Parts: sequence; structure tokens; C-alpha cells
Amino acid sequence: MHQIQRNKALWIVFFITPGLLVVGTFILLPLFMSLYNSLFSWKQLIRLDFVGLENFKRLLFTFPYQERFFNALKNNTYWFLSTTLLQNTFGLLFGYLLSRNIPGAQFFKRIFFIPVLFSIVAVGFLWGMYLKPSGLVNNFLKLVGLVSFQRAWLGLEHLATPTLILVNIWRWVGFPSLVFLAAIDSVPQECMEAAYLEGVNEWKLFWKIIFPLIIPAITIIMVLTIIGSLNVFEQVYTMTGLDGAPNYSTDTIGTLFYRTAFGSIDAGSPEIGIGSAIGLVIYMLTFAASLLSVFVTKRKEVQL
Amino acid sequence: MKKNALLILFIALCTASMLFAAGAVEQQTREGKDITTLEFWTWRPEDVDFYAKQIALFEQANPDIKVVQTAHKNTEYNTILAASLSGGAGPDVFQGRAYGGLATFADSGFLEPLESWMPELKNYSESALLGATSPTDGKIYGSPAVSQTVFMYYNIDIYKELGLSIPKTWGELIQNFDAAKRAGYIPLGNGAKDGWCLETLLGGMGAAFYGGTDFYNAVIAGKKNFEDPAFIRMIEQMKSLTKYMPDMYMGISYEDMRSNFFNEMSPHLIAGSYEAAYFRTQNPKLNFGIFAVPSEKASDPAYVSVYADMNFAMNANSSKKEAAVKFLKFLSSKEFGKSMVTEMKMVSAVPGVDASEDPFIARVLELQKNATPYLFLVGFRYQQPTGSSLWQAAAQGVMAGTLTPRQTAKQIQDGIASYYKPFQK
Repeated sequence: MHQIQRNKALWIVFFITPGLLVVGTFILLPLFMSLYNSLFSWKQLIRLDFVGLENFKRLLFTFPYQERFFNALKNNTYWFLSTTLLQNTFGLLFGYLLSRNIPGAQFFKRIFFIPVLFSIVAVGFLWGMYLKPSGLVNNFLKLVGLVSFQRAWLGLEHLATPTLILVNIWRWVGFPSLVFLAAIDSVPQECMEAAYLEGVNEWKLFWKIIFPLIIPAITIIMVLTIIGSLNVFEQVYTMTGLDGAPNYSTDTIGTLFYRTAFGSIDAGSPEIGIGSAIGLVIYMLTFAASLLSVFVTKRKEVQL
Repeated sequence: MKKNALLILFIALCTASMLFAAGAVEQQTREGKDITTLEFWTWRPEDVDFYAKQIALFEQANPDIKVVQTAHKNTEYNTILAASLSGGAGPDVFQGRAYGGLATFADSGFLEPLESWMPELKNYSESALLGATSPTDGKIYGSPAVSQTVFMYYNIDIYKELGLSIPKTWGELIQNFDAAKRAGYIPLGNGAKDGWCLETLLGGMGAAFYGGTDFYNAVIAGKKNFEDPAFIRMIEQMKSLTKYMPDMYMGISYEDMRSNFFNEMSPHLIAGSYEAAYFRTQNPKLNFGIFAVPSEKASDPAYVSVYADMNFAMNANSSKKEAAVKFLKFLSSKEFGKSMVTEMKMVSAVPGVDASEDPFIARVLELQKNATPYLFLVGFRYQQPTGSSLWQAAAQGVMAGTLTPRQTAKQIQDGIASYYKPFQK
């Protein structure tokens, strides 16, 4: 008996260790290292004295970090709101329409999902080319006689972030569409039929029956949207650069973090302490927002 | 039971292989008894052949030293170098950055001060040494390798076609722009999508307006600041160039502006000396020359902004410093400097290098007679927020029209004054 127990334990260790090692080395260790690093003062690349929460204080209350951080956070919020409003709304609409078997549903299902499979860097690079002053988008506008709508899409402060967000929606909208489609498809057919027999119209059917039953899917998409919006980096990096150009209008906490911790080595004085503090703040924000969103949507969930 | 033993054996093997893999490299370097092996790192994978040739020459002259070259990707170089140096390892000799980039490594204690090892460093020009000196302790931590110069490229064929000549005043330059515009060219190829390209633009056209080296020395000493009327007027003049820049210039990136020039859509481009080799590969038929952007009066100097771009440095923790110095001295020789000029088309910082074989570099050296420090890189890239990052963002604002020249100047001044002592008085 004892032997069997030990055997079992050994096998468990055998299967768990590799995964645990990977998670420990690449996720938990860096997280605690950045917590540790953020509590010290740094002279260039050398860790000096323990300073407690000094780095967080500098990040949140002193120039220039305060200005940069809240500007970046504002842009992340903008990403979150636009993505929630546009991408998830359209995702829900597309998912619903696909579930109603509109003509060509199978075709659209594939088309919508294709950009999700593209590498984010490739999408950024290609759209970066399309959005150049002499690129595809402006040429198309010229073709249809809308010359006055031609813009330097990625070069103007008021247009750059919305443009990045739209490109990202183009890339990602297929994902919520498919998740919502799967959720709607799994709503029990009896409920729908019963509703139809009662003479309920489509609008009411959607809000009273389908929507409450797909809340779990909405929770997942919301959590992913929050995580995605707080971690925006590659899109900005590939399309407008690490500096969040023009004039910090596309800066996010991701690019700010990278610039502060590593990117400025060339320009002198990398601020590793503050960089680590930003990293930790990103982690805490993501964690808190995800918890909150799960909590809020859980309360709305209905069990059949 | 058997299965069990196998399992334990397997786990043990996995662990062991991971542990011993790390130790394997150590043994190989001890092979040659009398030969000292130096590790040499660069951030130029594209120049591996050039350095291999030079290393062969060095090894011929010093048979007891072997140099192993490793080239890392430019964008990853600092991170890799920082990681291995702080781990107590890293190369013996390596390419180092200049100014703030140098100070980062020097102040961390990773670089060996070189004055006592290489007394010949005092023959270098002051501007070259400035890029190799840490402002913290004033010691020299690198042997200056190359300098970069920012000026105006112009298309000689288009100039001939339009009957233009090299302008001697700012007014004449504007007339040339107007002539190019009438002929359907983009007068000035520069764009503003990439912030750092606006620092280049400042380097090319700004010095004549803010007053060149006198202004530089005055702001460094805190006697003048960036809200100086001359500096604000320079920003106004820069903004006035937008009407000669490409359509929707705010979206014109670095690649776009270079292709505007080498595809002969634009006869002018303000850019650095490092572009010449690229232009030649992109369009071998391109017939281009360079000039310094003139001042408003022909009698005032036409400045070019100059900065040191690369130093050869030594690891402070190297155990083979004698050999490393020999190699460093080789990298600082006139012969090596000349190969830099003829083969790499770079402006060597070694004093007395003969550049006559390359007319372009000879011309750059001629323009350097009115050299002024590349303002924000040379003076204000040591602390956050760096002058460069402040300028690059604020300049985009002024070019797009969301900031006025006065607001731009104030942002830069306030940003630098937050840490720069001479501005806090």
C-alpha cells in the first residue's frame, strides 16, 4: 500500500515538475524579481539601496513619470473603452447573425477569423504601410473621390490612437464573434422554440433569453479585453514606435514600461527601479480589473 | 519496481544534463597554453567580414593573441552586454556607445578607464573625446572610433536641371526650395512621423539660428536656456519648412524620407553622414553632394552638427588587460582608421587619418571645420527625461501645429530643469 502511494506521488511529481519549472522560472520568478527590484534605488545598471516604495512615489507623484504614466494609462483606458464598445459589440452582432444562419454564414465565419491567425507584428507592419500618406487607404479615398478625407493616419495626435485601435479591431473581431457564436449555439433549442411559440420577437428573444445565457462567454471576453487593453504593446511598437509618437499620443503603459526599463539604455540612465514599478502596477491593475469584471458578471449569470 | 527505477534515472539524467551543459564551454578556452584569447563583441553583424580581415592582420603582428569576434544584433546589443557584464563575464574588448550610453556602462563600473593604458588618447579631438568621457568622473572610457555629421544632402543632377547652385544664405536655400517646388519636386524630403528624425532636422538646420557652439556652451553652463529668443526663433524657422516638406509630412517615416531622396523625388534631405553608403546601394546612379545649411548672412558660419558614434572599450573585469590594450591600440591605429574610411565609408575619429581616397568623406571632414555639438545627444542625454526625448516629442507637436514654438521651448526647458543643476539656479 505504502509502495503504491509512493509510486503515485512520484508519477505526479514527474508530470508536474516540468510545467512548474517553466511557470516558476518564466512567470513567478520575474514577477517577484520585479517586485524586489522596484523596492531598490538604482545607479545605472547597479542595484543600490533599499528604498521601500520610493520608486512608486516617483512614478505616481513626480515629473516626468507622473505625466507620462497617467497619459499612458489614459490611452489604455481609451483602448479598453473603444474595444469594449466597438469590437465586443460588433463581435456580439456578428456572432448573433452567424448563429441565425444568414446566407454565406460559413464563408463569413472563416473570413472573420482569418486575421486572428495573423501575427500581430505582420499586421502592424502591413497596416503601417497601408496607412502611409501614399498608402492603400489614402489611395482608396482618392479613387472614390474623397481626397479631402486623406490624412497622415499614424502621424496626427488625434487620429493615431483611434487608427491603431481600429486596426486591432480588424485583426481581433473574429475572436469574440466565434466565442459568442459558440455560446449562442449552445443555448438550449427548447428554450428558443418555447419562446417562438409564445410569439416573442427577435429583439426580446435576444435580450430576455440569449443574452442572460451567454453571460459566461461575455465574462471571458471582458476579462480578455481588459488584459489585452492593459498590455497593448506590439501594435504601438510596430506602427508608431516605442516613443508612442506623435508626441506621446499613442503611448501606453506597455511602451512606457519598456522605454523606462530597457529602451533608454542608448539614451542614458535606464530607470530599472521605476521600470519594475511600472511592471508591477500593470500586473496589479490587470489582476484587480479581471477580478472585478468576473465578480460583476458572475452576479448577472443565470443558471438554467 | 523496474519502472520506478527507470523513472528516477530519467529525472536524474535530465537534471544532470542541465547542470553540466553550463560547464562545458569553460574547458575549451584553456587549450592553447601560451596563446591569449580575447573576446571581441560588436553590434554590427553586417561588418563581420571587415572585422575578420582586420583581426587576421592583428593576429599576424601578434601571434600570441587570438581574437574571437562575436556580433550581436544592434537592437539587442546593450541588453546582452549589460546582462553579461553585470554577471561578471562578457567580452574583453567591445564596441561601446557614446555619451549617455557610455556613461550607463562606465558609471556601473564595467569599463576600464583608458588614459593610463593609452596615452595617445590625448591627441584625439575634444569633440571625439567628449563622447568617450563619463561626465560623472571625467575619465575616458573608450577609444573614439567614428563620428557622424548631420548636414544637407542635395541631388546634383536636379540642381543642374534647374540651374541651381549651392546656397550661401538661408534666403538662397529657400529660393532653391521654391524653384524645386515649381518644377514639381518635393523641395525637402524630410518627414516627422519618427520623432528622432526631427532631432536630425534640428541638427542640420538649427545651429545657425540658435547660435552654434556659443549657444551650446552657454546652455551647458546654465547661462542661457532653451527659452532663449534665438532658440524659439529656430523652432519657428523649422516650422516654416513644413510647406516645403512632403504632403502629409506628419505621416512620412524615416524610410519614406530616405526613399524620397534616393528615388529622386526630392532634391534635398537633411540627414546624417551614415546615409551615404545606403543611398549608393539603393540607387547607384544617384548623383548626390552635401552642403552645410547656410546662415542668414553669408558671412556667418554654416554649421554642421557632429557627434561621436562609437568607442572601442575594455572590460574592467578582464583578466587579459595587457593583450586587450594591444588590440585596442590596433583599433586606434591610423591604418585601421583608414580601412574604416575606405571600406566602411565611415568618418574615422583617429587623428591624422588619410581620407583623400574617398571624396565624400574628405568633403565631410571639410564641412566639419564648422562643427558644433549635436545639441541634445551630446549635452542632455544623461538623465531622464533626456533632452532628446523631450525635443523629439515636442518637435512633433510643433510640426503638427498642436504646440506653439514657445510652448515647445518651455516643455524642453522645464523637462531638463527638473534635474539639470545649472538650470536650477
